[in-house]
Amino acid sequence: MSKLINWFTEGRSSGKYTLPFVILLLGVTVLASAANLLLPQDSALYVSTYSITLLGKYLCYAMLALAVDIIWGYCGILSLGHGAFFALGGYAMGMYLMRQIGDRGVYGHPELPDFMVFLDWQELPWFWLGMDQFWFAMVMAVVVPGLLAFVFGWLAFRSRVTGVYLSIMTQALTYALLLAFFRNEMGFGGNNGLTDFKEILGFDLQADSTRVSLFIATAVILSLVLLASQRILSSRLGKVTLAVRDAEPRTRFIGYRTERYKVWLFVYSAVIAGVAGALYVPQVGIINPGEFSPINSIEIVIWVAVGGRGTLIGAIIGALLVNYAKTRFTAIMPDGWLFALGALFVLVTLFLPKGLMGLYGQLQSKRRQSAEQEVQS
Amino acid sequence: MKLFLSLCLFLSACMTPALAASAETDALLQQLTQTKLSKMPAMVQQLEATGDESLLPVFRAWLAGDLHYIRDDNTLVVEVDVNGVDTYQDPYTQATIAGLTSKQVRKIKVNNKLRGLLRGVIARIQLTSRDAGVRESAVRALLADIDGETFATLERIYPTEPNSDVRSMMQTALSIYTAQDQNSSQSARLAAIDVLGDSLENDVRNVLLSLERSDNPVLSSAATQALVSINRQVERYALVDQLFFGLSLGSVLLLASIGLAITFGVMGVINMAHGEMIMLGAYTTYVVQLLMPNYIDYSIWVAIPAAFLVSGLMGVVIERLVICRLHGRPLETLLATFGISLILQQLVRTIFSPLNRQVSTPSWMSGSWEINPVLSLTLNRLYILAFALLVFFALVMILKKSSLGLNVRAVSQNRSMAKAMGVKTEWVDAMTFGLGSGIAGIAGVALSQLTNVGPNLGQAYIIDSFMVVVFGGVGNLLGTLVAAFTLGIANKFLEPTTGAVLAAIFVLVFIILFIQKRPKGLFPQKGRAAE
Repeated sequence: MSKLINWFTEGRSSGKYTLPFVILLLGVTVLASAANLLLPQDSALYVSTYSITLLGKYLCYAMLALAVDIIWGYCGILSLGHGAFFALGGYAMGMYLMRQIGDRGVYGHPELPDFMVFLDWQELPWFWLGMDQFWFAMVMAVVVPGLLAFVFGWLAFRSRVTGVYLSIMTQALTYALLLAFFRNEMGFGGNNGLTDFKEILGFDLQADSTRVSLFIATAVILSLVLLASQRILSSRLGKVTLAVRDAEPRTRFIGYRTERYKVWLFVYSAVIAGVAGALYVPQVGIINPGEFSPINSIEIVIWVAVGGRGTLIGAIIGALLVNYAKTRFTAIMPDGWLFALGALFVLVTLFLPKGLMGLYGQLQSKRRQSAEQEVQS
Repeated sequence: MKLFLSLCLFLSACMTPALAASAETDALLQQLTQTKLSKMPAMVQQLEATGDESLLPVFRAWLAGDLHYIRDDNTLVVEVDVNGVDTYQDPYTQATIAGLTSKQVRKIKVNNKLRGLLRGVIARIQLTSRDAGVRESAVRALLADIDGETFATLERIYPTEPNSDVRSMMQTALSIYTAQDQNSSQSARLAAIDVLGDSLENDVRNVLLSLERSDNPVLSSAATQALVSINRQVERYALVDQLFFGLSLGSVLLLASIGLAITFGVMGVINMAHGEMIMLGAYTTYVVQLLMPNYIDYSIWVAIPAAFLVSGLMGVVIERLVICRLHGRPLETLLATFGISLILQQLVRTIFSPLNRQVSTPSWMSGSWEINPVLSLTLNRLYILAFALLVFFALVMILKKSSLGLNVRAVSQNRSMAKAMGVKTEWVDAMTFGLGSGIAGIAGVALSQLTNVGPNLGQAYIIDSFMVVVFGGVGNLLGTLVAAFTLGIANKFLEPTTGAVLAAIFVLVFIILFIQKRPKGLFPQKGRAAE
């Protein structure tokens, strides 16, 4: 066990907060879960199931932010299409949950989901086959985003598409998928997406215990992903990645095949996004093409920017903070949220280039400057 | 007010004698109210013989089943539905007769036979109209069921018809009759079918289809041949139509992306709020129309400079406040401008409501240019196509000839050298951004004529415009022109086979693949400036 911890925490000092953070995260998770399951509903410390689900949702977003931070913060690839990988993972999970409904749908067809009966389809399309197996659906939730990222990344990085070009291309990618998934003919439920799920692995999705289990699973997987990512990024591969971010031509001239590093990191990031999507869908209870919309993907980027890019914990904190703010804001004044979000974009990029995690350093350097000035005067 | 009323009275007094029918016709019309339905056809013919153009409204109302008469004095009135209430008007002056209810009037009956007859009469009366357009449409209306009498009328006036379009329409009508006429010689019928092969009218096709099924093998094969030639023409015009729609989409894309081509291409700044500049332009059009509701036809000429100023100023403000602080950090600029776009959208939503706003089209821009029965080009798209090209060339001239253009090009090629030579790069940046945004505003004026004006207007075009700029090659206006029209036409030609959504997806995928092959676009910048 201690070896494992060593493996996870080994590396540069920047990761020194990772383990405490994971412990804090898991601790809060356990406390919240216990408060939900063990305490009576009228207790002051009781955490409602709604809050548990909300927290689970935030953690999924945090994982998504982590995925974006890995490639943007560490490799300088600004992806405006990560929502696509998230949604693809979500659709894989959604298809599994859809098959689990069985003949309890509105039309009561033993095999076809409701929307297919509605569209008068006779049999399951080939890409729905096998989706009734949980393991197969989960493999798909990882493989499909990974494969898409591989093909896209291989094409893009090999021909050295970089910077804003790449960002626009990723946005176009998710936009194209958005249009495609809106089509009924695609076989993914069209505009309405997939919803009305009943149970996962035989457990009722509405039950408190299932909700809490999903929340705990999300927290555990997020912790593992965080530790693994920290480990990977502090390894030799991570150093090359940083070099690619800071001076790609120079790294290439030294002899590294930079595009390979970028492709694999991109795939890794997409897989994380896919897993986050797969965890997100059973907790939210719906997946629809709206998840592909470019604005969703761009929102992820602002989570990372707020928290501080280039720091994995920062991405997680940013996602949690912004989404909490969004929940509160949209409840108090729904019209104000877009103003706040827009202002956040502008102010963070202007005044907090390193995000909240860099705020301390920013203040310190300012203090040092003023101290120096005082000394000079 | 009084003056106006008296003027109206005076006018109606002047017009009534001119419009009212002669005594003989009046008597016939009076008689009409007492005639049985079976005797009516004869009455119609008598009326046609005595009457003239002034009877047209009576015939029209009769055809539509709106012709009534007042029981007491047998006066003819026309029933009109005003906001769900039946009111009655004088057929000649269209003046409402107040206080008349449906109980006081009785309908003049009409049946299918009468309707056919009335249609012929209306068309024949219109044949003598002074307006060539009216005459042409009158002949066209006759095509469907042409009888011997109409044929004789047409044959009589054909040689004296001055307008060539009307003449050819008449020839078509004559040929339709001849081709179907059992009494004509076979050679005459064949010649008539041959003539029909050049016409694109729907009725001609129906006639030919029925002739194709006839027993006469010679006529049947001639009809088949004529149909083949018609279909070939129809296909050709359908292609032209598609091309036009492609060009129209291309012109919209050009307008939307050309401002982006300047800011992105020249300054290297990616402006995610560009779509919102378009939106601001569209809303400026809306506001201008609100301010001058009585001069909609001229509002466009006010809206274009107004939109340029509004969006341009907004662009300068954004550049000064945000973008100039993020110089050399393109990804951060992208995020900041995206934030601005969110704020602008929400601002518009708060001020104008999230619902779409209706912008009216000036009368001179509405309608369509009908080239033939299967091809008509809508005027607003035609104007916008011309307008897009105009804006494009104006912009090229500004960049090529003006001192601002010289400065812009200098800064885009080598910023520090330009600075060393005394160019105020910051001022040039602000002006460039203002220019690009202003042109986006103009694009908004054009778009307001084609689509709904709503807070999401800009979002719909932003990705497409980026595609255009990337496809054409950054910093190359000609590339933007070629790319916009290529993508527009490709989209419209894919659409019939794949559907609109798949066409859009195909185009996106194509560009993603294209960028792999030529990362710098169709027309890459050459030399050191490229790096």
